[in-house]
Amino acid sequence: MTVLHRRELPPLLGAIHDPPKRLYVRGVGGPELLARPAVAIVGARSCSPYGAQVARMLGRRLAAAGAVVVSGLARGIDGEAHRGALDARGHTVAVLGCGIDRDYPAAHAALAREIAETSLLVSEYEAGVEPAPWRFPARNRILAGLCLATIVVEARERSGALITADFALEEGREVLAVPGEITSALSAGTNALLRLGATPLTSAEDALDALGLEAHAVPEAARDPLLDLLPGTIDELAASTGRSVRDLAAALSGFELAGLVAEGEGVFRRLAPG
Amino acid sequence: MLARAVTYALVGLDPRRVEVEAHLRGGLPGLAIVGLADRACQEAKERVASAIRSAELFWPSGRVIVNLAPAELRKEGSGFDLPIALALLAASGQVPRERLAEHASIGELALDGRIRRVGGVLAVAEGARRDGLGRLLCHPRASTEAALAGVSPAPAAHLAEAARYLRGEVELEPCASTNGVPSEGFVADLADVRGQERARRALELAAAGRHNLLLGGPPGTGKTMLARRLPGILPPLDEREALEVTRIHSVAGLVDAERPLIAEPPFRAPHHSASSAAIVGGGPRLRPGEASLAHHGVLLLDELAEFARPALEALRQPMEDGTVSIARAAGNVRLPARFQLVGTMNLCPCGARGDPAAACSCSAQRLARYRDKLSRALLDRFDLVVTVPRPRAIEFQGAPGEASPLVRGRVVAARGRLRVAPRRTTEADELLANAVERLPLSGRGRARVARVAQTIAALAESDRVLPEHVAEALSYRRPAELAG
Repeated sequence: MTVLHRRELPPLLGAIHDPPKRLYVRGVGGPELLARPAVAIVGARSCSPYGAQVARMLGRRLAAAGAVVVSGLARGIDGEAHRGALDARGHTVAVLGCGIDRDYPAAHAALAREIAETSLLVSEYEAGVEPAPWRFPARNRILAGLCLATIVVEARERSGALITADFALEEGREVLAVPGEITSALSAGTNALLRLGATPLTSAEDALDALGLEAHAVPEAARDPLLDLLPGTIDELAASTGRSVRDLAAALSGFELAGLVAEGEGVFRRLAPG
Repeated sequence: MLARAVTYALVGLDPRRVEVEAHLRGGLPGLAIVGLADRACQEAKERVASAIRSAELFWPSGRVIVNLAPAELRKEGSGFDLPIALALLAASGQVPRERLAEHASIGELALDGRIRRVGGVLAVAEGARRDGLGRLLCHPRASTEAALAGVSPAPAAHLAEAARYLRGEVELEPCASTNGVPSEGFVADLADVRGQERARRALELAAAGRHNLLLGGPPGTGKTMLARRLPGILPPLDEREALEVTRIHSVAGLVDAERPLIAEPPFRAPHHSASSAAIVGGGPRLRPGEASLAHHGVLLLDELAEFARPALEALRQPMEDGTVSIARAAGNVRLPARFQLVGTMNLCPCGARGDPAAACSCSAQRLARYRDKLSRALLDRFDLVVTVPRPRAIEFQGAPGEASPLVRGRVVAARGRLRVAPRRTTEADELLANAVERLPLSGRGRARVARVAQTIAALAESDRVLPEHVAEALSYRRPAELAG
C-alpha cells in the first residue's frame, strides 16, 4: 500500500475542483497506471441482466483496447465492468468509498483481491474507515476525476451514478449514457442524461472514439445468421428458425464458449457487436 | 392357562416379531399389559374388553396379564388390539391355541368388535412370511396388501368372525387381488403444455437420466405444470421397486385397498411450510417423510426458496446416499429415500424478474438474500437448470404438445441404453476441457455436464458422447446468477 500526496496525483485528478489531499493505493498496478487513459463505467447496483451484459462487454472491449476501466466495486454494473476488464486481462481501478484496507461490499472480496493482483484499488480514506452513505458521493468525484470519460450503463432517476456523471460534466469530461427502454425505471436516469445532451453509447466504438483509442481487433465473429436474431430465449429462436431446441442449445453453448453470447435469466444476448 | 399370538412391531420398515402372551391367573378381575407398550397400546385394555363382550365372547374371570415380548422393544400403536384379544380368547379356551400359533395377526378393535385397518400390513406380512407363518389375520381391506408379501391373508371384519374362523367353523376367503392391473388414475399429460419446448426437453432429459431438475422463471410460466408431468413420462417401476414403494406407503397408511401395489413412480409435492420432520420423516410414531414417500419417484419442491433452510438441508443426506437415517432413543432407523428432485423458483422475491412485461422492484440486497437461501451444496445437486420464459399468447393457440406416452417410450429406450454409460469421443473431451477453462465451471459442475451429456447421447441413440451432446449439456448448467 502506498500513499500519493496532492502533488503526486495523476494530472487529470489533480486538475479537478476539489482534489483529494491524499490518495491511498493498494495493488500491484503501480501509481503510473492512474496516468493512463481511463474510462469510468458506473450504474445501478440492482441492474437488469441486459445492463450487466452491457457493462461486462464494455469492460472487456475497452480494457482490450488499452483503456483503464475505472469503477466503484459496487454490486451490479460496477462489478460487471471490473470483471469484463479482468476477462480481457486488461487493467481496472476500483475507487473505494471506505478505508483502503476494506473490501466493501463483502460479496466482492474475491473480486477486490483479483483487482489487487493485477491492477489497483484506490481510496482517499486511510485504513480502518468504515463505509458510510455520505462518503460515496465524495468517492464519485474521484471516480469521475480519474477518467477522460464516464459511461452510465443503467441508472434510476436518483442514482449515485448520476452524481458521478455530474462531477464529470463539471470538470468538462465526456459523459456517455447507454439508451434504455423508456418504460423501465432502470433507464430513467440514463435517458434523462441523454436528453440533457450526453453522448448516446450504442457500441463500444462510441466510447473508444471519445477516448481517442483504436478498437482492439476483435476475433472475427462467426457470421452465423442466428446471432442476428438475438436477444431471445431458446424457445423464441426455435419458433423463428424452425430449428430444434436441442440443436439451438448446442449452437448457443458454442457461441458462449467463443465469447460471442451470454445468457441471463433464459435470454441469450450478443456480446460483441458484429 | 397361557396362550400366545404372534404379531409384528415395525422399526422403520423392518418387522420385528412380537409374541403376545396372555396368562390367566386367579384373583380380582382385571387386565394388565406389560412389555414397553406406548399409550395407544395401553389403551388396548379398554377396547379389547369392550370388543370381546360385544362379540358375545366371554371375558375371563380373574386377573389377566398380557406380555408383549421381547419386552425391550418399544411397541407403538393400536395394531396390537387384535392379537391381544385373540391371545386372551385362546388362554380362556375359546379358540384353539395351536391354530392361533400358526397365524400372525394385526388390527385395531372397535368397541363393537369390528376390526379396523391399520398401516404397515405389507411389512408385517413380510415378517410373517419370513418366519414361516402361513396366514395373516387382518382387516379385509388390508388383505390385498398382505397377499403382495406372499402370505395368504385371512380377512376378518369382526372379532367374532375371527374367533369362528380359528375354531374352524368358517373359512375366510382372501379377496381377489388386482395386482398388476395398471391404475387408471388421472395422470397429467404433457400434451397440455403448449410451447415451452426447451423446458419439455429438460424434463425428458431429467426422466431419462434421473437428473434433478431446477426450473426458474417468473410466476405463471408453467413451471409447476411442467414439473407435475414428470411422473407421467417416467418408466413404470419394476417388481422390486414397486414392493419397496408399497411398503413405505403402507406404513404411512396410504395404500389403496383396490390397488395395493404401487407400480407407478410416486409423486410427492409437500407445501413449502413443511418442517424438516415432515420432509425426512420422524415424529413419535416414526412416519416416513416426504423424501421416503417419494422413493423411486419424484419429489417436487415448489417455490424452493420459500422452504425453511433446515428442511432443505435435511435433504442433502438422502440425495447423497439414497436413505434417510433418523436417530431414535432406541437406535438409528434407516428409511430408503432415493427420489428425483424437481425444484421451481422465481428469479427474485417479487417474481417480476425475467418477465419483460413487469418491472422488478427488488433491491440488490434483497435479491442476494433470496438467492443465498439456497446453499451451494443443495444447488450442486441439480444437474439441469432451466429458465422457463413467459410464453407468448400465440403459443396458447398452437397445437398441443407431444403426449406423455410418446415421450415415455423414448425415456424407456434411453434408460436401457444408459445401462452401459456411453463414453465421450476425443473431440467431445476437448470441448469439455475447453469449457472448464473458459466458463466458470467447478469440478462438480464438470461432472454434472458430463452426466447430462451421456443422457443426451442415449436419447439421441448414439453409442458415443459427441461434441454436440456436450455442447447441449453445457446449456443446462447453473447460471452465474445462482453461483452461490
